[in-house]
Amino acid sequence: MTDLVIILMTSIGTLFILIASVGLIRMPDFFLRLSVTVKASTLGVGFVMGGTAIYFTEFSVTAKVMAIIFFLLITAPVSGHMIGRTAYFTGMRLWKGTILDELKDKYDRKTHVLTSDEEDGPDEQIIQNEL
Amino acid sequence: MLHNYLLFVILPLLSLAAILVFIRFLKGPYTIDRVVSLDFLINIGIGIIAVYSIVTDHSSFLDVAMILALIAFLGTIALSYYLEQRGKKQ
Repeated sequence: MTDLVIILMTSIGTLFILIASVGLIRMPDFFLRLSVTVKASTLGVGFVMGGTAIYFTEFSVTAKVMAIIFFLLITAPVSGHMIGRTAYFTGMRLWKGTILDELKDKYDRKTHVLTSDEEDGPDEQIIQNEL
Repeated sequence: MLHNYLLFVILPLLSLAAILVFIRFLKGPYTIDRVVSLDFLINIGIGIIAVYSIVTDHSSFLDVAMILALIAFLGTIALSYYLEQRGKKQ
């Protein structure tokens, strides 16, 4: 019974990792590759780690596995966001089928500061009220 | 049965995934593609270590997996910070 659960969990995790690696090869754009990698790898490694925790029914192993899963869940979004931000700053071209780019012309390319539209910025309203 | 399945099905599939990611690592048009594929390669390594610890019945390998998870995060953050600062002009 335990063996079946372990087989199921490691198979699901390996399937996720395999699909993510195929996506990493096949996707046409850096941002699409990033989205495939970060999500699927976290889930896949989490499933494989869960199978390990079920195999060794010890407290120390389960604590280590929980620490690894917790750490992966915390660090994957941070590093994914940071590297996507870097890619946008360095002028990575989007795929030609991309429909919407909401950050277009809102980042200053030299100083890396985010500026919003001038109509609904708070500074304009304050200046108008003072006048 | 469990050990044979892990040894002859799961580990080859994970190795195939590592090879596919390594192709992207070699091919990747930009440096930042290589950073992402290196991060994913280390994640696959964590999975391989977990399966290998079941196959050999030693739970000590999981310490290595924990350190690898730490190092992957630090490496990705450092490389992306470096790449961002390189394109910045005061």
